Order: sequence, then C-alpha cells, then structure tokens
Amino acid sequence: MTELSTATIPAVPPWADPEAQPFLRLDGVSKSFGGFEAVRGVSLDIYRGELFCLLGGSGCGKSTLLRMLAGFERPSAGRVLIDGEDQAGRAPHARPTNMMFQSYALFPHMSVEKNIAYGLKRDGLPRAEIATRVADILSLVQMTPFAKRKPDQLSGGQRQRVALARALVKRPKLLLLDEPLGALDRKLREETQFELKKIQAEVGITFVVVTHDQEEAMTLSSRIGVMNAGEIVQVGTPHEIYEHPHSRFVANFIGSVNCIEGRVTGREGALLRLACPDLGAEVTVESGFEAGAGERVALALRPEKIAMGRAARPGFENTVTGRIEEVAYMGNLTIFQVGLDSGARLRVTQSNTTRTDAEVPRIGETVQLQWSGAAGFVLAA
Amino acid sequence: MSALLNLSRAWSGRALVVAVPILWLGLFFALPFLVVAKISLSELAIAMPPYLPLAEWADGALNIVLNFGNYLFLLSDGLYIAAYLESLKIAAISTLFTLLIGYPMAYVIAMARPDRRNLLLMLVVLPFWTSFLLRVYAWIGFLKSNGIINNMLMALGITDAPLQLIQTDFAVYIGITYTYLPFMILPLYANLSRLDRSHLEAAADLGARPLTTFLTVTLPQSAGGIVAGCMLVFIPAVGEFVIPALLGGPDTLMIGRVLWDEFFSNRDWPVASAVAVVMLLVLIGPILLLRRAQAREEG
Repeated sequence: MTELSTATIPAVPPWADPEAQPFLRLDGVSKSFGGFEAVRGVSLDIYRGELFCLLGGSGCGKSTLLRMLAGFERPSAGRVLIDGEDQAGRAPHARPTNMMFQSYALFPHMSVEKNIAYGLKRDGLPRAEIATRVADILSLVQMTPFAKRKPDQLSGGQRQRVALARALVKRPKLLLLDEPLGALDRKLREETQFELKKIQAEVGITFVVVTHDQEEAMTLSSRIGVMNAGEIVQVGTPHEIYEHPHSRFVANFIGSVNCIEGRVTGREGALLRLACPDLGAEVTVESGFEAGAGERVALALRPEKIAMGRAARPGFENTVTGRIEEVAYMGNLTIFQVGLDSGARLRVTQSNTTRTDAEVPRIGETVQLQWSGAAGFVLAA
Repeated sequence: MSALLNLSRAWSGRALVVAVPILWLGLFFALPFLVVAKISLSELAIAMPPYLPLAEWADGALNIVLNFGNYLFLLSDGLYIAAYLESLKIAAISTLFTLLIGYPMAYVIAMARPDRRNLLLMLVVLPFWTSFLLRVYAWIGFLKSNGIINNMLMALGITDAPLQLIQTDFAVYIGITYTYLPFMILPLYANLSRLDRSHLEAAADLGARPLTTFLTVTLPQSAGGIVAGCMLVFIPAVGEFVIPALLGGPDTLMIGRVLWDEFFSNRDWPVASAVAVVMLLVLIGPILLLRRAQAREEG
C-alpha cells in the first residue's frame, strides 16, 4: 500500500492558506446539453488529501461535473486542471482519475479478483505485482474471503467494497465517487461512511464525492460544495455550511431552519436589532451581516438553538411566548411546532436527555421560547 | 368446494394453454418424425408406397422386420459421409460470415438512439416481406455471367471476361449468409441492447482503450447472443436445399440435395428417411447448445 498518512489535512487547512497550491482546479467550467445548461461557470479549488463533497438535489449538475472530471463529458467552456495539468482533450483512459460508479458497474463475467485486477492489467504491470496489489486492497476493504466470487454472488455492501477497491487499486491522483453509499440501506450506510473516511485517510488519495444526502456530506467531508441549478452556491467545511450559510437555499438544504422576516432597526457594535412582526417583538442578533437601518432581512434560527420551557429563564437576549401545536417524538429528539400570537409557527427541537417525559411540554401548553444573540444569523430577505 | 372447483378450473385453463403447442408439436413434428424413422427401418420395394411394411401378420405369427441396412448403407457409401461433412462445412463457414457481418450491425442498432432503433430493426426484418424463393432467385440475376456484378466489373475494366460466380460454393455462401442474416442480428441485438453502458465507461475509466473495452467487456458479455445467433443460422443451414439447388454448382454436395435426390429421383424412401434421421442426430449437439444459450440469456 501507499505509505500511511494519518493526518491528510494539516493543522492550518490548505483552503485557509493563501500560499497553498490547489490539486484540482476547476476554472469557469460549463456544460450545455442542447440548450440546457447543466453546469454553469463552476470555479473551484480542491486541495491534496481532501474529501470533498459535491452536494445538491437531483438535476443540480453535480454528476455532470463529476463526469467532466472523469472525462466522460467534455466541458463546453472552462478548464479542468489536475495536479497542474490541463485535462482538455484527454480521454477517460488517459486521465489520472478513477471513478466509483453509482451502480458500481462491476463486470458481471469476472470474479471479484479479476474485476480489481482489470485496471492494473491495462497498465501492463507484471503479474506478481498485480497479485500483491489486489491482495492488499482486498484486505483493506475486508473482502479477501470473497476474491473468487462473481459480483452476483455478493450482497450490496460487498459489491460497494469491491467497486471501491477496483477504483482505488490503481492509486489514482483523484478518486471520483458517484453516490458511493446511495444503494446501501440506512444502517449499513452509516457504518460505511466512517469506514470510507478511514480508508481515505489511510491511502491519502484526494476524493471527490457526489451525493444528494446532506447527512452523508456532513459526516464524510473535509469541505462541501453545495450546488443548485448548475452553480456552486457555497463552499465550506460542514461547520461553516451549517452555522454560516450564505443563502436561504443553503440554510434550508442542510438541516432545517426557521426563517423570520424582519427589518433592521439599529446596530449596537456587533449586535443588530431587528423588528420582526411575526415574533411580535424586537430581537437582537450577533451578525457580521452588513445592513443599514430600515433594510429588510431574514432572521434564520436553527430549531435546536431555541430553548423552550414553561417559564422564562435568565441569560437569553430574546424571549417570545407561544403555544405548542404539534409534537413529533423521534426517539433521540422531539420536534415541536410552536404557534405564536401572530399566527407564525416556529420549529423547535429538544434532545431527549432523560427517559422520563414529565418535563416535556404537551400539545396546547403555553411555553417560553428563548435564544441568545449568537444563536441566529441574518440572511438577505 | 368452490375453492376446489376454482382450482380445477384454473388447472384446466392452464392445461388448455399448454395443450395447444403440445398437440401442434405432436401432430406436426413428433408423428411425422416417427413415420420417417419407421420408413428408415423398412426395406425398399417397387410398390406403392415404395417400401415394405415393418410388421406382418402371417399364419398366426407377427413378424417384425427391422432393416438397419439403410443406415449401414450410408456408412459404406462415401458419398453420404462426404455430403454430411460438406454440409457442416458450408453451414459453418456461412455462419461465420453472418456473425462477422451481423455483429457490427447488431452493435450499431443496439447503440443507436432509442428512436432510431425501431427503424433500423425494421430494415433488418423488411426482406421477410418478400418470398424467400424470390430473394434467392434475385441473386441469380446478380451473379450470372451477364448479370449485374459481372457487367459492372467489365464496364469498369476490372475484368475482360465474366467471372464464374453462379453455380459455385461461393454463391451458396452468399445465399445462406444473405438469407439467414436477420436470425443472427436479432438475438445479438437483444443481447447487446441489454449491455450496461456504465460497464463500458468503467472499462475506459480503468485505462482500457475502446478496442480493449470491446474485447474484454462487450464481447464476453455477448457470448450468449453469439451462440444463440450462430445456432439459429447453423442448424437450418446444414439442411438447406433451396439455396444450393439454385445457386450451387453440380459439385456443391449438400445433404439436403442428397435427400431430395434419394426421395424424388431414386424413389428410395427408406434410404432418404435414414439420411433425414441421421441429419437430426448430427444436429442434436448444436440444438442442445442453442437451448443452453437461450436458457442463459433468459436467466
């Protein structure tokens, strides 16, 4: 195997280091099919050792973007540079990339072993080396006992491992994964997420993953690129994407959020004062958002950032009163829909930290909703 | 009670559906074959019909005479063995030609845009709309000494005198290849249209050039279609009579022609029947191969 690199991402991440050279650079890449623009002017830098997720709904252009990296589609405009080399005009077989297909695309007439050896044979490696590398990668994905099986004799999870092994064994500069966990059931998907991350750290190859599953993107990625309608709308670490979304689209796409319309009434240092008719109160929010007095904005509040109780507690900048209208018990947490006097509704979640439910407010109860100035963020209206 | 009635009704319905093809095969295949097999074991006679019955009732005794002489005769006369071998050879070479021509055609149709596929398939099947006999006859017009091909070659100055095209083995190959091409294309198309395109992309992604992808991914996965198509051409081509009779020369020796001569010229029904039975036995191998390929294609 390649030498183990336990820390693929250094303490100062490369995307925060202005000196760092990107490993994969997309420069104004577009792709049109007929009159339809599937990808529109995407510019993106991805660094060595990253596990980068392209996240978006179906038809957002994320798969087309991935296929352009692999060479299956030719960009209508823009350039793709891998390790400094322009990939224009290079056929898939001549690129330093390998792809793990959504359907896995395992060759049904070949055993697991032969499937994995396929790419190495195309490189004309000596037989002994092929055998060792296949054996090594099989043990990495824990499929050694199944080497002689045909793909149709494997379970979905096993096939996924073989597909990963087949793409990894050639030690590509860039591994492209199209919905790598999409075909697995939920339980297996969660286990495999961590394993995929572990394998990536072990082989030290840069991964670009396409997924529509925000949870998957959050767990896997070093950074996420959120796509919508052919464009990258925000790039950032999972934490940045969740806590500092730049737009309502991103805020809504990752997790859920309460968006409350408001108007800026004043500013006190880092604190912004907003008048929100729906809340029936003036609220304060810490925000780097540049907004002048009178400007219309939206206050975005994640449901888990709102504290809820029968009585108001000290230490919160903002308090509103509401009535519980709906309760959904999810096991680990409970989701409440709280109606305000204005008729607006807020979504609030509470972790179920104890097994007793005596403290949990019930439908119809009046509750106090409280949050600090740092809990919410401001978005353009 | 009513459940039982329903069950028996369902069962009888199913039986009826199965009975139709079984009855058909019994009446038009099994029974005639048994008659042929019976005739092949009887003795030639100048009579009407021209053979002796197998069983005779005389003086209170049933005499059954099974005459295996017809089969021994086939072995002793080199003509028959030569005809069998020649038929197998001509059928095999023609099958190879149909495969070489049919595979690229099936491939192109399978890879064509879905809205064009039906049109292309239609063009493959279109010749069936005219009589087989007419189409073979039309080849005479192409191949004869003052036919279209020779006239063109001479007009272009490629040859001075007409080439002997008609009444050669070459003409028989052309005739069989032309006639049976759709039987090769259709099963190959059915197979190739199911080919997963992502397999081709995966091969390219792993470093295979297009030709390597074809040889290592497409070709092995279409093996079932190749066997099915080859057998669908080979099996009827072995017993082909019309094409060698119209296009072949006097020395094109195929078993179908031998059969015809034995039956109609020599009026030796027992030997003709033996020829037919042996042909069927020879073809059992290829037929089993076809069955296996079809079973695999369906599974």
